[in-house]
Amino acid sequence: MSQSRDNSLPTSHFTRALIYTALLIFAVYYLLPLFVMLTNSLKTLDEIRAGNMLALPRSITIEPWLKAWDSAQIGVDPSGLKPYFMNSVLMVIPAVLISTMLGAINGYILTKWNFRGAGVMFGLMLFSCFIPFQIVLIPMARVLGLIGLAGTTSGLVLVHVVYGIGFTTLFFRNYYNAFPDELVRAALLDGAGFFRIFWRILLPSSGPIIVVTIIWQFTNIWNDFLFGASFADFDSQPITVALNNLVSSSTGVKEYNVHFAGAILAALPTLIVYIVSGRYFVRGLMAGSVKG
Amino acid sequence: MAFLDIIGVTKRFGSVKVLHEINIGVEEGEFLVLVGPSGCGKSTLLNMIAGLEIVSSGEIRIRDSRINEVHPSQRDIAMVFQSYALYPNMTVGGNMAFGLEMHGISKSERQALVKEVAELLQITPLLDRKPSQLSGGQRQRVAMGRALVRDPDVFLFDEPLSNLDAKLRVDMRTEIKKLHLKLGTTTVYVTHDQIEAMTLSTRIAVMMDGHLQQIGSPAEIYQLPSNLFVAGFMGSPPMNLIPAKIVNGNDGIALHVSLHSGEMTALNLYQPSPGLLNQVGREVILGLRPESITDPDSADRNSPANQPLLNRIIITETAGSDTFVKTMLGGVEITSRMRGDSEVSANSDASLVVDMSKAVLFDPQSEQRIS
Ligand SMILES: Nc1ncnc2c1ncn2[C@@H]1O[C@H](COP(=O)(O)OP(=O)(O)OP(=O)(O)O)[C@@H](O)[C@H]1O
Ligand SMILES: [Mg+2]
Repeated sequence: MSQSRDNSLPTSHFTRALIYTALLIFAVYYLLPLFVMLTNSLKTLDEIRAGNMLALPRSITIEPWLKAWDSAQIGVDPSGLKPYFMNSVLMVIPAVLISTMLGAINGYILTKWNFRGAGVMFGLMLFSCFIPFQIVLIPMARVLGLIGLAGTTSGLVLVHVVYGIGFTTLFFRNYYNAFPDELVRAALLDGAGFFRIFWRILLPSSGPIIVVTIIWQFTNIWNDFLFGASFADFDSQPITVALNNLVSSSTGVKEYNVHFAGAILAALPTLIVYIVSGRYFVRGLMAGSVKG
Repeated sequence: MAFLDIIGVTKRFGSVKVLHEINIGVEEGEFLVLVGPSGCGKSTLLNMIAGLEIVSSGEIRIRDSRINEVHPSQRDIAMVFQSYALYPNMTVGGNMAFGLEMHGISKSERQALVKEVAELLQITPLLDRKPSQLSGGQRQRVAMGRALVRDPDVFLFDEPLSNLDAKLRVDMRTEIKKLHLKLGTTTVYVTHDQIEAMTLSTRIAVMMDGHLQQIGSPAEIYQLPSNLFVAGFMGSPPMNLIPAKIVNGNDGIALHVSLHSGEMTALNLYQPSPGLLNQVGREVILGLRPESITDPDSADRNSPANQPLLNRIIITETAGSDTFVKTMLGGVEITSRMRGDSEVSANSDASLVVDMSKAVLFDPQSEQRIS
């Protein structure tokens, strides 16, 4: 970060002040919703109804958080978000790992084992990135029914893997394109086979792009609502769908504090992933363009 | 049958033919250099020997068994690449041991072999470093070490020195030569540097546009180039190619060549082949190396066919041990090599000596050597 200062052009104090003011305004604008959610999730319902949204809580309570987690009414059960959070975890981990792995292998084959029609194949995969979700809903439902995975977490994993392969392949193909072919040739002459070369030579050098792909896939799959709402049963619904049910199904009073707490709970994993590995994300995106 | 046989090998990329019926036999322990201008197909031929490119037609044999269909990992061949191609995620030691590991050699044996080769190449202190922490010259050594440690049937080198600076290149050249003398592994080495080709090889194969032009010892290639291309490509500066005409001289047949002034002079042919005797009047190209047209001081006194010549000096270029002198002969500018302390000066007439025992003749139409 300190480097960017050394590289920056000399600017007057006035311009500086202007830039910082603008940045500050944008930061506040983006952080305000989070602030509102966080403060109101720590208030009692009475306090929310009485006071204004932007005020800090007079007395902090974690009651709404506990309720959102394991006792709020969702659909017919007072189960809280906990089981659905687990559903999401069980869906997202295999889906991310499988789609990333397949993308890596596809990228490896497309760049290092040129076969007839590789270009067309890649073009089609790229095309799959642009197919709107809505178009595949009905055919996908039918396929899931046929193979007996309708309404299951495994079914959702399959859907997300299939949908993610286009992107993960694109990421890895571009990364491996810059990876010298001579390394693969050298390994071949050293006696290594197809998978050995992938496993021992390419994969260990793929750290940055693996991080990028995992973050991308994780956020997309975790945040997905449409597939979850369309293909899951009650006992396999991901947290995004449950959150919607929590917010819309409350009978009687709207418990805003619980809703806020629930929304933050649902967003927490993606936030954590970004905070932990955001640095690698940027680095990985740059790595393709700058030869190391 | 040689050790490595390349028999009628042709390579096509789609409809483009990039190698035409190449025939080369490499004897065991030989150091063959493939040389030729960029794009002539050297790397393609090397890659086919390695199994990295498919042979379109023809056959490649090692120890008299066909290897066209053998997977590269099953051929006992090691290759040093121009870019070195060191595995970036492994240490120097790991790079060298990888091929051994793939061939199922035990860990203790691997370590012993790596240690031995590292000592041979003086890279022992580098064994724990990553390739990114090495200089160009060190990477070059490691790449050679990786090939050496496997003790393969054949070494292939694809322009291994072209990424090094001039000084290092000369040093490594000597080192490669020493290693070959010591190990005696059959080697095919690609370069487009003809000095590298001359100094390293036991034999040279000169290629152009996918055709093999000539194959022979460095001396053969240098003294008796089989056509105008080889004559012009090998040697630095290259052979002088002078238009001339066969005439009846006062002492057998001779060549008529025009001087700077436009006057004609006759150079007697030394031991002309019988076929030329009745060819008076034929136009030919006279090929003379720069050191065969020199001043009387620098001339080879043992030559049986030194002939004097008086000609105008156009320019002189001093290059330390040699002075290169330009004159006009046969209507083209030619280069002479003289001693470094030669006293000829530009824009004056100087007496030169032509060593006709080294002369070669080419046919201007077919471009082939005729004697
Ligand atoms: N994969 C390919 N597809 C089509 N043409 C190719 C391919 N690889 C090489 N060629 C062509 O084959 C010819 C020989 O290439 P090659 O790389 O063997 O040349 P080279 O002698 O090694 O040249 P350099 O000294 O520049 O390395 C060139 O004209 C090149 O354009
Ligand atoms: Mg080449």
